[in-house]
Amino acid sequence: MLLQVLLTGVLIGSVYSLVAVGLTLVWGLMDIINFAHGEFLMISMYTTFWLYALLKFDPLASLPIAVGVVALVGVLTYKLVVKRVANAPGLMALLATFGLSLFIRNLAQFLWSPNYRFVSESLLTDKRFIIGDLIIGLPQLVAAVGSFAMTLIIALLIKKTKTGRAIQATAQSKDIAELMGVNTERIYAITFAISGACVGVAGALLANTFPVYPECGAMYGLLAFVIVALGGFGNIWGAFYAGILIGLAETLGGFYLGTQFKYAIAFLIYLLVLQFRPKGLFGW
Amino acid sequence: MKNRALYLIFAAVLVLPFAITNVNFQHVMIMFLIFASLGESWNIITGFAGQTSFGHAAFFGIGAYTSTVLFYKFGVSPWVGMLLGAGIAAVVSVIVSYPCFRLRGHYFAIATLAVAEIIKQLFVSWDYVEGATGISIPVVEDSFIAMQFHGSKIPYFLIGFALFFLIVMVARSIEKSKMGFYLKAIRESHEAAEALGINPRKYKLLAMMISSALTALLGTLYAQYILYIDPFMVFSLEISMKIVLLSVLGGLGNIYGPIIGAAILIPLSEYTRVFLGGTGKGIDLMIYGALIVLIACFEPHGIIGLLKKRGKKRGALYAKTNA
Amino acid sequence: MPKPMLEAKNLTMKFGNLTASNNVSFSVDKGEIVSLIGPNGAGKTTIFNCISGFYKPFSGRVYFEGKDITGLSPYKITSMGLTRTFQIVKPLKEMTVKENILTGAFLRASSRSEAEKIADEILKITHLSEKKDVLAGSLTTADKKRLEIARVLATKPKMIMLDEAMAGLNQTETKEAMELCLNLNKQHGITLLIVEHVMEAIMPISNRVIVLNAGEKIAEGSPEEIVNNEEVIKAYLGERYHAKSKQTNRRV
Repeated sequence: MLLQVLLTGVLIGSVYSLVAVGLTLVWGLMDIINFAHGEFLMISMYTTFWLYALLKFDPLASLPIAVGVVALVGVLTYKLVVKRVANAPGLMALLATFGLSLFIRNLAQFLWSPNYRFVSESLLTDKRFIIGDLIIGLPQLVAAVGSFAMTLIIALLIKKTKTGRAIQATAQSKDIAELMGVNTERIYAITFAISGACVGVAGALLANTFPVYPECGAMYGLLAFVIVALGGFGNIWGAFYAGILIGLAETLGGFYLGTQFKYAIAFLIYLLVLQFRPKGLFGW
Repeated sequence: MKNRALYLIFAAVLVLPFAITNVNFQHVMIMFLIFASLGESWNIITGFAGQTSFGHAAFFGIGAYTSTVLFYKFGVSPWVGMLLGAGIAAVVSVIVSYPCFRLRGHYFAIATLAVAEIIKQLFVSWDYVEGATGISIPVVEDSFIAMQFHGSKIPYFLIGFALFFLIVMVARSIEKSKMGFYLKAIRESHEAAEALGINPRKYKLLAMMISSALTALLGTLYAQYILYIDPFMVFSLEISMKIVLLSVLGGLGNIYGPIIGAAILIPLSEYTRVFLGGTGKGIDLMIYGALIVLIACFEPHGIIGLLKKRGKKRGALYAKTNA
Repeated sequence: MPKPMLEAKNLTMKFGNLTASNNVSFSVDKGEIVSLIGPNGAGKTTIFNCISGFYKPFSGRVYFEGKDITGLSPYKITSMGLTRTFQIVKPLKEMTVKENILTGAFLRASSRSEAEKIADEILKITHLSEKKDVLAGSLTTADKKRLEIARVLATKPKMIMLDEAMAGLNQTETKEAMELCLNLNKQHGITLLIVEHVMEAIMPISNRVIVLNAGEKIAEGSPEEIVNNEEVIKAYLGERYHAKSKQTNRRV
């Protein structure tokens, strides 16, 4: 039974990680908290749902489309909103993205009502492996593996490509990056696109198993804040391990203490870890 | 000189609900007083001392629950509960802040958010205080002692005004005193503050205690005004964020910011709700969100920033807001 | 014999495997101006941080007026009368010049009006009166450095440690800073320990010079002794400076 709980934790944690990776990129690069990140996830889930409901697309087939849609939303968010508040003092950028999250969430409610919607049939629905006592749902497994793969791709992208190195340089120092000929405006827009792509993948994978409704991204967004801080701002692998840790904390806490405490345990883990690592697990 | 501006604000606020007796308007004024006061309280720890709290709903909720539970279970006057709630909030704030103050910047902000969420979860599963169901405050006849008034909103308004006056004056006297200078020094540079003989932890804790105690007072008023509380309402991230947003919108770090911010944001949110809410379609919050984005994009320095631009020299203005 | 005002005994500071200061000892007497020099990475600022409480030294002790202050918090050390400025200036940006100084003045003042009085005095001494309502963040580098000194001066210290208070200043500004240091020392009786790169500035005003290299003390003596010390020249000063500083000394 414990093994089952641990496995569930790792699987969900992997998805948390991917959502957090998207957030940590923007946070590390621009020092901006994107409060609308959870709503980006919701957009991806709705995209997947509507492609399924209207065009009978399987969520896996919708994935690239969802990625494209959310990446575009990311770029627009940067160009139309974040760019204007990036250099404002204090928490003004937070104010803007919070307003944006309210807007997107309630736009969804206005357009599609607060009702829960489900992708009721897909390639993965109800398929599962049974190994001894362990039950592994195929949708969960695919979500976890897909999320891990995307995290890996992002990490490689940042590390190996020219654009990735430009992102790193800009995160270190915007001015110096500009002196070296980096078009930082473009880098910011690209980073928002990558950030959106991360939740695009996560959303499409989650739509297989989770209900789609206007608030569905909120809890992921909130957990992503904690995960990003736990991993150390801007640290991709930090976000990955922290995501797994939070996934485990949540399922273990839910199993031993009752599901009502599962998020409380996750938050408690953050507070405890930060007592020993005040800048996150992998903070510098 | 600047005192006059402040007293003018007090006078205008006090007169308005008597001049405009529309019930909706009176309601908006009460919400304005509650949130302007919350912003002032929050401003002490975040605006002055620079320690961003995303979790002030925790103290608001503690205030609301303390007085409500005492009245509901034991018939204790909410006035007593209000003071007790402030005391408990201060104690809790010290317990949770002491370890958290080791953290800097966003790490601290996220920690406050985590603390508030944990406290919310605890209340949700705490049967003695009716858990997720929440508590309906037993209705009694109009009474000052029981802080319940059913005939008119004016008594609530007056209590709100008294708290608003108290909190603004506390914030102002902090700002003008040694403590205000020390908090701002800590905000600007931890190291420089220490080199000036300031014990940052002591002053941050003190600021946090005062800030959370004042926040709790408003929780009681809110509970008595609405006559119903549940954990999702009073401990919500929405409340924490609303406090942050209105203060940021008005301008951080001076006593006028939260008043200006609340004067814009609260009517905006209340009136969009009154006129556009009710359909359940979320148009009100949609427009509210869009307006916040617009304000942030086109006035990124806050409303105070806008006034400063209009004002004369920066130095002169600074002297004006601080003297 | 009277006890020295400040005494550092066998200070060693390590960051991981790196030894930033190794067994450094020296003392400063009341009323002295002592300079701490050395090439980049010699461990000067590290020593400052160990003395002022920002680092807890790996080993060794620090005594101020005979009292052991090793490992005390910086604010406690300041309230005992020993304070410091920072190499990278830390102006309280969103506060005016006067408010910056007031913040320091509150340490000894029991009321706002007393603090105001102290601040006005300091503004005069440091020639910042005209800029008292300017936001500290918008000052020139030279004025920021001056404000850095003014602010700690308001805490009424017995001794100030200045960390590169003259780096980045032009000749006139350097001269003004020198004069300010001398004035503080002679008129106000404040003992000074100065870390500096600008040799021309500190050689003439120092009573004694201590030379650090690669975390160790390699020489100590009067400015004349130091500029003629072969080891110091080899380690740090170089021939070009050697000639130049002799000139400077003659002038003084």
